[in-house]
Amino acid sequence: MASLNDYLLVSGLLFAAGLAGVVIRRNIIVVFMCLELMLSAANLSLIAFSRFNTTGGLPDPDGQMLVFFVITVAAAEVAVGLAIIVSLYRARQTIHTDELTSLRG
Amino acid sequence: MNQAWILLFLPLAVAAASLLLPRRTALVPWLATASAAATLVLSLHLVGSTGTASFDWASVGGLHLRVGILLDRLSTGMMVVVTGVGVLVHVFSLAYMRDDAAKARYFTCLQLFMFSMTGIVLASDFIMTFIFWELVGLSSYLLIGHWFEKTSAADAAKKAFLCNRVGDFGFLTGILLLWSITGTLAFSSMDVPTSVSASLVTASLLCIFCGAIGKSAQLPLHVWLPDAMEGPTPVSALIHAATMVAAGVYMLFRLQLSLGAEVFGGLAGDVIAWTGGLTALAAALMAVQQDDIKRVLAYSTLSQLGYMVMAVGLAAGEAGMFHLFTHAWFKALLFLGAGAVIHACHHEQDIWKLGGLMRRMPVTGATFLAGCAALIAVPFTSGFFSKELILDAARGHQPVLFWIAVAVAVLTPFYMTRLVIVAFFGGSRSDAASHAREVGPLMAVPLLVLAVPALIAGNRIAHGFAPAVPERAGEFHLNSLFWISVAALVAGSGAAILLYRGKSRDPLSIPLLRERFYIDRFYDRFIVRHLQDSAAAIVHFLDEWIINGLLVDGCSRAAASFGGLLRRMQSGHLQGHAFAFGLGVLLVIYFTVFF
Amino acid sequence: MPLPLFWLFSTIVLTGAAGVIAFRNPVSSALSVVACFVGLAGLFIGLGAFFVGIIQILVYTGAVMVLFLFIIMLLDLKDEVKRGRSNTPLLAGLALSALFAIQLAGVLSRMPDRAAPPLDPPALAAAASNHKPGGGIATALNEGRLPDTRLIGHALFTRYNFPLQVLGVLLLVGTAGVVALSRKQA
Repeated sequence: MASLNDYLLVSGLLFAAGLAGVVIRRNIIVVFMCLELMLSAANLSLIAFSRFNTTGGLPDPDGQMLVFFVITVAAAEVAVGLAIIVSLYRARQTIHTDELTSLRG
Repeated sequence: MNQAWILLFLPLAVAAASLLLPRRTALVPWLATASAAATLVLSLHLVGSTGTASFDWASVGGLHLRVGILLDRLSTGMMVVVTGVGVLVHVFSLAYMRDDAAKARYFTCLQLFMFSMTGIVLASDFIMTFIFWELVGLSSYLLIGHWFEKTSAADAAKKAFLCNRVGDFGFLTGILLLWSITGTLAFSSMDVPTSVSASLVTASLLCIFCGAIGKSAQLPLHVWLPDAMEGPTPVSALIHAATMVAAGVYMLFRLQLSLGAEVFGGLAGDVIAWTGGLTALAAALMAVQQDDIKRVLAYSTLSQLGYMVMAVGLAAGEAGMFHLFTHAWFKALLFLGAGAVIHACHHEQDIWKLGGLMRRMPVTGATFLAGCAALIAVPFTSGFFSKELILDAARGHQPVLFWIAVAVAVLTPFYMTRLVIVAFFGGSRSDAASHAREVGPLMAVPLLVLAVPALIAGNRIAHGFAPAVPERAGEFHLNSLFWISVAALVAGSGAAILLYRGKSRDPLSIPLLRERFYIDRFYDRFIVRHLQDSAAAIVHFLDEWIINGLLVDGCSRAAASFGGLLRRMQSGHLQGHAFAFGLGVLLVIYFTVFF
Repeated sequence: MPLPLFWLFSTIVLTGAAGVIAFRNPVSSALSVVACFVGLAGLFIGLGAFFVGIIQILVYTGAVMVLFLFIIMLLDLKDEVKRGRSNTPLLAGLALSALFAIQLAGVLSRMPDRAAPPLDPPALAAAASNHKPGGGIATALNEGRLPDTRLIGHALFTRYNFPLQVLGVLLLVGTAGVVALSRKQA
């Protein structure tokens, strides 16, 4: 049986991979996917905590509930985010982050 | 006592009210004149009363700064002079300044001056004297610079103020020295303990005398007074002839009363007397070669102030104050007369462009002659009695000073006769003079009123109003002194009549005197220019480097560079932000878990 | 969950994540994400979270990633051009992840490890006493099954009812926002 730390390690590595992707990749859609990876890493931790902290002999439903909410919010976020990307592409004909520097101070 | 407080604060209240009144109203001049008249009535009512009242204004340790009023013969008599001349000058100004745009400011300043001068006269405490001393300096500055659009007027105001500052520095030092000696600043309880060394007392007296040098325009700080003639002529009459410049003499005599005349016996007295005597002589010499009617009178004022200071230095303060009393009337009369002439001749002040005014302006001419007679000490005029007493005091103490004083007594009739002959007799030498007309009643009445005390103030009937009356005042003896002064008078005016009668150009030309012994030029070249240059350099340095460079530009540059630093962070690169964010997360974890 | 299965799914997850970063073609990245999420769903199910695991497949892998792919195709994105100037972002990203991994190892080594509590039939039967006897949850527990969906549903509609409604509003707002955003600008 895998222990809690094993799951947390996998979760942390997934998060690190997502973070690295956000920093490295320039395609804003891929960056967005990496954000989803990071969210999922958090989800994995939550599910692991739920399983390893039983309440009344059963996995804690609160952790799973949180994951459920995260997935829902993430779905909404993806919808809005992708819509923003589409209109951004319409406006600028690019979705490469190093060409989107109008926030430069 | 309440009347005294009203006397002190009424002009201040009027000045404050004048500031609040709308600028265009014609009310301010009349209000100020009414206030001056009210103060005259109060002063006359207070004559002869004595008393003192004061309250603590501030206390620092053992040093109590008190504001108070000291009523005695000296202060009440001086108040009569101040308010008497003051009200006549106010009335005269009503006409003289009728067409001035800044009339309201003028009268407000006049009231401020009346307040300050009253404060000096009534002060019961040396610190209060000093405060009002500075206030008269300020109002004098404001009034000299009344026509500040003229560069010369603005410069003259600055010069007067700065010269006074030089003297006042010594004055304040002297006051503090005196406080350390006597332990009090109140005039009524001042006493020099016998344990104090004489040199310390002398030092403090000389420091205080510095204040008088500045205010009463003695050598070597006399240079501001002739320039102060840039101010309106009634101001010259009130401030720069009758009252403020006499404040130095008044203050010295007040000190002499408090400390006792014997304190002035040593070195301090000698220095004061010699300064006064030399000023009297130098100013009289300079007056001989001046062409500006007001400047002649200004140097004459310097010379007469020198007489008074000399008298105080000779421990004969009563004689000095008596001369101050008489001088105030006739010199105010002369200045107002000059003002009337200037007014009638469209601001022509060069006596060589006047002439023949006696026929066209009989009232002005006659009163001017009366004032002139008093100044040159024609027997039985007011100046005759007071000058005689000073000469008498000088003869008793310092024979050299006596002969200097006699020389001044020769020079005074000389330059005054020159002035009268050139300006009032002969033919008119310019259009302005030939079209001059007699002035209106608002100007003529003050002249006529002033002519009375100018002639009789030395006689016994006026002694009740005098701030101080020496023992033999008003007496007349056919002694050697009388003959000396009559000889001086005849010599001086006779020489002037012979020399200037019927002349249209100055037959005498003495560059040394015309250029006023080159003192102004010397100051200008060696002190003012250097000071100005170094001050300008310092100011420039402060302005350019400290204020502009360090504070203003420094602040903006610091903000800009800091902003640039932050700006570098706002690269607009998403990745950069994400990286920073990731680092931040790492740091947060590090600090929460490992730290 | 047996250890080999854990390692298998973990490998799928991490490989998929690495693929997201490594592939230059966005479509390949998206498919890597799908693989990653499938592995993640396996881990979820192995942890006894059957419902969430299935949701992960249905919502994430099915809906969300299809949406991603749809957008990628719609925009007709080319391969990411190789970075010409510098490798700084690459190095920074790798360094950041490495640091993060090191820190993670540090944190985990300090934490007391724990094994999973048993979820075998006796333990489930023992837990049945906390639930309404004769109810669906208790019945399933007594039968030795974990009624995961029932438990979540129970929690969702009792204690989490209000957040659920808020979530509904959020989705509504999101929908409206998307419509507003994707309208053609006049």
